[in-house]
Amino acid sequence: MDPEKIIISIMDLYKSFGENHVLQGVNLEVKNKENVVVLGRSGTGKSVLIKIICGLLKPDQGSVNVIGKEVELLNEKELQQLRLQIGFSFQNSALYDSMTVRENLAFPLVRHSKHLSKSEVQRQIERVLDAVGLLQTINQMPSELSGGQRKRIGIARTLILQPKIMLYDEPTSGLDPITSIEINNLINQVKHQFNTTSIIITHDLTCAKTTGDKVAMLFDGKFIKQGTFDEVFSSDDERIQNFYKYNFIK
Amino acid sequence: MNLKPVEKNLFSKKIDSFFLDLYSAFQFIMRFFKELFKPPYEVKEIIRQCYEVGYKSLFLITLTGFITGLVFTKQSRPSLSEFGATSWLPSLVAIAIIRALAPLVTALICAGKVGSNIAAELGSMKVTEQIDAMEVSAVNPFKFLVVSRVLATTLMIPMLMCYTGFVAMMGAFINVHQNEMTSFITFFQQAFEKISFLDIFSSLIKSIVYGFTIGIVGCYKGFHAKNGTQGVGKAANLSVVLSMFLIFIEEILIVQITNSMRF
Repeated sequence: MDPEKIIISIMDLYKSFGENHVLQGVNLEVKNKENVVVLGRSGTGKSVLIKIICGLLKPDQGSVNVIGKEVELLNEKELQQLRLQIGFSFQNSALYDSMTVRENLAFPLVRHSKHLSKSEVQRQIERVLDAVGLLQTINQMPSELSGGQRKRIGIARTLILQPKIMLYDEPTSGLDPITSIEINNLINQVKHQFNTTSIIITHDLTCAKTTGDKVAMLFDGKFIKQGTFDEVFSSDDERIQNFYKYNFIK
Repeated sequence: MNLKPVEKNLFSKKIDSFFLDLYSAFQFIMRFFKELFKPPYEVKEIIRQCYEVGYKSLFLITLTGFITGLVFTKQSRPSLSEFGATSWLPSLVAIAIIRALAPLVTALICAGKVGSNIAAELGSMKVTEQIDAMEVSAVNPFKFLVVSRVLATTLMIPMLMCYTGFVAMMGAFINVHQNEMTSFITFFQQAFEKISFLDIFSSLIKSIVYGFTIGIVGCYKGFHAKNGTQGVGKAANLSVVLSMFLIFIEEILIVQITNSMRF
């Protein structure tokens, strides 16, 4: 696929919850195999943005085009087909806590690849677990895993359907610095190994610098600056400089 | 001229919210019937839920059913013996157990045990985004979580009701046997003399309706849980209260309908 091809295109997006106007005219374009980091303070609507992209939330106004399809116009079946091409890594991993790691990974796979034999399902599970470096946890329950391990398994569960797009919601939140670096490396590894296009939602500048080809700064429901990490943070905008200083102090 | 928007008072807000909730519940039930007949069918999950609802409730049902039969017989004896009518005890107990006690006791126990469990489980899945995770992996969470659970309660509660009836009758028999030395066969012959097909059929219908109510209320409350762990507790609690309330309403309606068919 052409690397310049636009995979995700968001135009003039608005979303409110009652009196809380979260997104107020968001525009964003994500190219093929590009990692775009959406930076912003907590509560600025970063997670809302990616939930709209995968159709979990409906926008009040504006359009979201994913792999050439207008998300708003899709019927239930078409939306399911689109979702098979999108992997969503949740902030708290959202592993099914009544299932083992193996069952968590098999859950989407057996439902979408009914032709696969048991041994093929097992091979696929081992392949993605190996990719995230956690093959030894295959029979463990989510409650027995550390925060970093849960994030990795969450990413593995999305990778098992071989998505074209990965959406990461705060991949490093609540993790220690060393585990955060491991997750950042994993995000880069996933991009190269699985050829994915990604949107990474974070307020962690290390994560943004390490994983982002492009950074978009969300403030008051709008992107106030987009570009490479250095371009964004060399801006004189006081809001961006305050955000940088806050992270530095932290 | 500036017109101020009319502020709704708390009472009218509550009425609005009640009707909105009612409409949302109606949509939820309609969606259940729509999804019920649509493939793919989650057969494995339905069987697993039947095991959870049926087998795991057996101990509690056995205990409560047995005690209900025993105590009901014990309490009825003095009134009947005043008229020298203790020989009517087996048929009186059988009528009470089969017509009312077995379906009601089973439903109330299951509303507490199964309904709260369903609401708490789905509620915690909702607040930890596990339901969203299912949806984004293109799996229909309604089909997997709701349809399987509601089907399981609708199928298993009638079976549990039959079992409760049997255990309660055994409790009654022990009491009658201790006092009158009535044999097992005589007791059951006397007990079933006054039972008609309509009694058994209406009890079965009742328990199917109760099972559906427990499942759908538990799922609805769990599926719409919000505000973190506090919301999960609230969902479980409301599920039990609402299920029990609806069970009593349904009891009145079904008894009225059955009685009108009796004459």
